[in-house]
Amino acid sequence: MQISQAPPVVRSPEEPPRLLGPEVEVEVPHLVYGGRPVFQDLRLRLPAGKWTCLLGPSGVGKTSLLRLIAGLEAGAVVRPDPGRLVGKIALMAQQDLLLPWLNVRDNVLLGHRLRGRSRDAMKVLAAEADALLARVGLAGKGDASPLVFSGGMRQRVALARTLIEHRPVVLMDEPFSALDAVTRHRLQDLAAELLADRTVLLVTHHPLEAIRLGHRIWVMAGNPAKLRGPIEPSGPTPRDPADPGAIRLQSDLMKELLASAELVETQ
Amino acid sequence: MSLFRPAVTAVGLLCSWQLVVWLSGVPPFILPGPLTVALAGWRNLHLLAEHAATTGLEIVLGLLIGSLIGALAALVLVSSAPARRWLLPVLVISQALPVFALAPLLVLWLGYGLLSKVAMAVLIIFFPVTLAFFDGLRRTERGWLELARVMDAPPLAVLRQIRVPASLPALGSGLRVAAAVAPIGAVVGEWVGSSGGLGYLMLHANARMQVDLLFAALVVLSAMALSLWWLVDRVMTRFNRWQPASYQTNR
Repeated sequence: MQISQAPPVVRSPEEPPRLLGPEVEVEVPHLVYGGRPVFQDLRLRLPAGKWTCLLGPSGVGKTSLLRLIAGLEAGAVVRPDPGRLVGKIALMAQQDLLLPWLNVRDNVLLGHRLRGRSRDAMKVLAAEADALLARVGLAGKGDASPLVFSGGMRQRVALARTLIEHRPVVLMDEPFSALDAVTRHRLQDLAAELLADRTVLLVTHHPLEAIRLGHRIWVMAGNPAKLRGPIEPSGPTPRDPADPGAIRLQSDLMKELLASAELVETQ
Repeated sequence: MSLFRPAVTAVGLLCSWQLVVWLSGVPPFILPGPLTVALAGWRNLHLLAEHAATTGLEIVLGLLIGSLIGALAALVLVSSAPARRWLLPVLVISQALPVFALAPLLVLWLGYGLLSKVAMAVLIIFFPVTLAFFDGLRRTERGWLELARVMDAPPLAVLRQIRVPASLPALGSGLRVAAAVAPIGAVVGEWVGSSGGLGYLMLHANARMQVDLLFAALVVLSAMALSLWWLVDRVMTRFNRWQPASYQTNR
């Protein structure tokens, strides 16, 4: 498996300029699931053009919060209002959600295919899809069926599909959790590079992943869920996990997670 | 697919059939042996071919029209909530009526010709197609639909590019059932009133004690039903190559 280190694609003039993500804010006054309050006066601000990471135990509501921002669930006030966010959000879920009857290139182009683009526009986009596939280490695999791909390869196709949407806000729900350590590391590097300047929300339960990629890290815990933090690691991303600062942050974060877990257990 | 096992099964069945006829000594007007039936079939080849063509046309037309109506009904049901509320109960009630009981009425309304048999076949076929396809459309992976929603895809594009392809395997199951029951509709229609077709031939052969001819017609009918099923199965498998491997290995 090869994920190219140096960009093999020269940026062509027609490639859009780097997208700067807007600030996004979500406020949940009161949300009940199955008779149990999940959120009570919860507020999360995603700073413009930065990566925000959300950590916390399973079932605490991290995915719900992400889905509220994506407009897949009702009950939250999102600013800018959802009408102005239409066409601005890309979603990358834990499952790759590739369509098995389409080849890899058409899977990458899914959004554009669904929205219906002119034939000429699709030609340009197909070339871009191939370039992106090369970028994620799948050069020349555009015509292959995703059925023969491993989980890591499929998730790389999903990353290319997320990137080609050119959306300033990217919501990622544990996108790398099903991958082996090496593939995860490489895809994190790639995502950090290709999604720089976007407003990103990354839901994860790996403290190390949050430290490598996050500009701002929140820990979500309790019932109803509260946000603790934030931890704001310094320096450019992706960070070196061997860095002493990163190691210290990881232990801080682990303490925070343990404390929040105890908080849940004593309730 | 190897032809060895089906061939062994067929030869085994024919031999035991012949054996039963020999051992029990039943007269041929009660149960003719396979040799007698084959001979009767050979002697009446033209008669059988003529009536088989009539029935075949009824079955194929019924299958085409019934599948089309069934698929359209499923699409209407899945894309409109009012249609679901109003139409679904009507469809279920329509299936609660025994379709065989409707056959005399259909013959009365549509005449002795092709039309009443096709209508009969359509009535039997469309429901399994509708039900299977509708079920497939409803069960489309939620993650795909949510992804499409975040991609702000228009609903019609989602239906055409995600939901319909995703439910083709389900439609395939419905069509296989339809292919298996299509001959029933046509033959029942012919029994009630007709001037041609294998059902008509069987009824008359029975009345004239030509049980060997009746059996020959039955064999032709089964052969037609089997080849129809095989054809539909092949076409649907070709369309659904992307299905999980477990389906293929379980075949």
